[in-house]
Amino acid sequence: MSTQTRGSMVAQSTETQVETQPPAPRSRDNAAGRMGDKVFAGICLGAGILILVVLAGVAAFLLRDAVPAILASPEELGRETSFWGYVWPLVVGTLIASGIAIVVATPVAIGIALFISHYAPKRLSQPLGYMIDLLAAIPSVVYGLWGATFFGPLLVPMYAWLAENASFIPIFGPTYSAAGRTLLTASLVLAVMILPIVTSLSRELFLQTPKLHEEAALALGATRWEMIKAAVFPFARAGVISAIMLGLGRALGETMAVTLVLSQGPLTANLLNAGNSTIPAEIALNFPEAFGLRQSELIAAGLVLFVITLVVNMLARAIVSRYKEFSGAN
Amino acid sequence: MTTTSVDEIVPSKSSLTAGQLPRWTPLAVGGGALVVSALVMLLIGFNLPGWIVIAWLLFVPSMFVATRAVEGHQAGVDRLWTVLVYSAFALALLPLVSIVVEVLTQGLPGVVDPGFFTNTMQYATSLTDQQAVEAGTDIKGGILHAVVGSLLVTLAATVISVPIGLLTSIYLVEYGRDGWLSRAIVFFVDVMTGIPSIVAGLFGAALLLTLVGPQDNLMGFTAACALSVLMIPVVVRSTTEMLRVVPNELREASYALGVRKSLTILKVVIPTAISGIASGVTLAIARVIGETAPILVTAGVATRLNANLFSDWMMTLPVFIYRQLQNPTAPAAPGPSLERAWGAALVLIVIVMVLNLASRMIARAFAPKKTGR
Repeated sequence: MSTQTRGSMVAQSTETQVETQPPAPRSRDNAAGRMGDKVFAGICLGAGILILVVLAGVAAFLLRDAVPAILASPEELGRETSFWGYVWPLVVGTLIASGIAIVVATPVAIGIALFISHYAPKRLSQPLGYMIDLLAAIPSVVYGLWGATFFGPLLVPMYAWLAENASFIPIFGPTYSAAGRTLLTASLVLAVMILPIVTSLSRELFLQTPKLHEEAALALGATRWEMIKAAVFPFARAGVISAIMLGLGRALGETMAVTLVLSQGPLTANLLNAGNSTIPAEIALNFPEAFGLRQSELIAAGLVLFVITLVVNMLARAIVSRYKEFSGAN
Repeated sequence: MTTTSVDEIVPSKSSLTAGQLPRWTPLAVGGGALVVSALVMLLIGFNLPGWIVIAWLLFVPSMFVATRAVEGHQAGVDRLWTVLVYSAFALALLPLVSIVVEVLTQGLPGVVDPGFFTNTMQYATSLTDQQAVEAGTDIKGGILHAVVGSLLVTLAATVISVPIGLLTSIYLVEYGRDGWLSRAIVFFVDVMTGIPSIVAGLFGAALLLTLVGPQDNLMGFTAACALSVLMIPVVVRSTTEMLRVVPNELREASYALGVRKSLTILKVVIPTAISGIASGVTLAIARVIGETAPILVTAGVATRLNANLFSDWMMTLPVFIYRQLQNPTAPAAPGPSLERAWGAALVLIVIVMVLNLASRMIARAFAPKKTGR
């Protein structure tokens, strides 16, 4: 189509030139150009397919290296249980850590998002949002360093108090870690890390609330909070849920903060003492020295983690796409 | 609020502000809460976090009760949530400020050590660290090898990811047109976004295990491959967004002039979107330069300078921080290791922040003019 347009344009505008030019080179030029077009389209298509191949490769390599450990008997693995017996405490530890993180982070994140979108003075809201985004830019290893050397020790007096006064609840005590390197500290560091993700996604949604809905609520005599309850939350609900799920996905896969903060051990209900572990931390700690079946075991654990995060992320996307038609966001 | 002449004569009796708390109420209640909390603290022993927490616990209900008593239930609930929303924001600032302060105060002594940027860890042993603690000599060892490693690995990951990501976005926006293949690519790019970084690292390790065998599969290039798995989806998503917002009129105008599709994309669409693309790529670089886990399982750890991506272990800044904290050079005297770790953390944060700022400045400086002529 484009070649025809080009020919007629040239013919009309510069008739004299067309007559003087021999036709043969032009058609060759056209042929080369058409080839170029096709080659470029092919390269782009190839890049897209390459991504699919890479992802299939990730799955295939992980599966291939994981299968020996999954099928191995307890004797071959050199422990008392099979692979599943090895991995389930890690899965539980991972879920506890991310669960606490998401429970702590969600209300705060929604509060910050509301502050930036509806409470802060208009001039301040953008720089404040940028400040929260800075939290997302800090590398996870720095969070780990901060959590292990500053935040953990800071929490020790609170742990001591909890262990003394609240140890009738099984998760608090009766013993506590004097260094603060516990699963609870790790979870709180995770909460700080996922805060900016949940905040920035929710903030965007809150800002997109139709102005007319808000003004209608205010005109009916609603206070600011009632307006938010009546207009902003219903509009953003699905998006906020998916933001929380995405934050959860990030917390599940987060490695360094947990590895550095937590001093690992077997699964225990007491969150105030050393013990428990998560899949990413287990892999990061042991993989560099692992070989043979042990390496394959860790890769299998990584595969389990991959499946869990995949399910969480897909749920998040499913929620978004299911509610997209009704939310009015489009 | 509105000041009429009547208000100026008898301000306190205005019908508009009657039945409302004065504007200084939060300050007064807050001050009161702090004083009461200080008294409580005097009884059980003073500490700063306790003081703030108890004051806050007093402040929130008393604001609610005061507002409810004077202005009614509706206003009371509204005031309660306003206080809670402001508190959430203040709470989020605490870790941010704390991390920045910690990294600056702990990191600066490390950064000013002689040779911090020009030495590697090759000649820094547990002996020199112990001397530094006991005899007070200079702390030896530096981050040169880690900085070089970080830059090389990130550069290699960028060289791999950007062309693939860019071309894929072009396919999605310009050629795919919602076919099944492009929908599959969008879906799997979303899946890739969710891959935990440690799993990406395992993939890199497994890939190279297959390609070069169990020996020597730990090297910089493996790490770059693993980082690409994390970087490609970020590049694809940001670039796709940027290409989508290029107005269709520009493409049509170009086609109308008889320009081929490939040339239209290369000479019209991409130059229009280049600022957004560049800033997206910069953000992606900032993300992967701070990644630790994938590098730990692929490039390993090293104490010497190694500038060859294709052989031998390589150190990067995040892994350096991790190692110095987890396995101090001198287990008996971890102080110097900790100082180096904080110094490296400061350097890493500065690099990441500079990249973030650069991305914003690129986006602003090269942004196409929205309106013109």
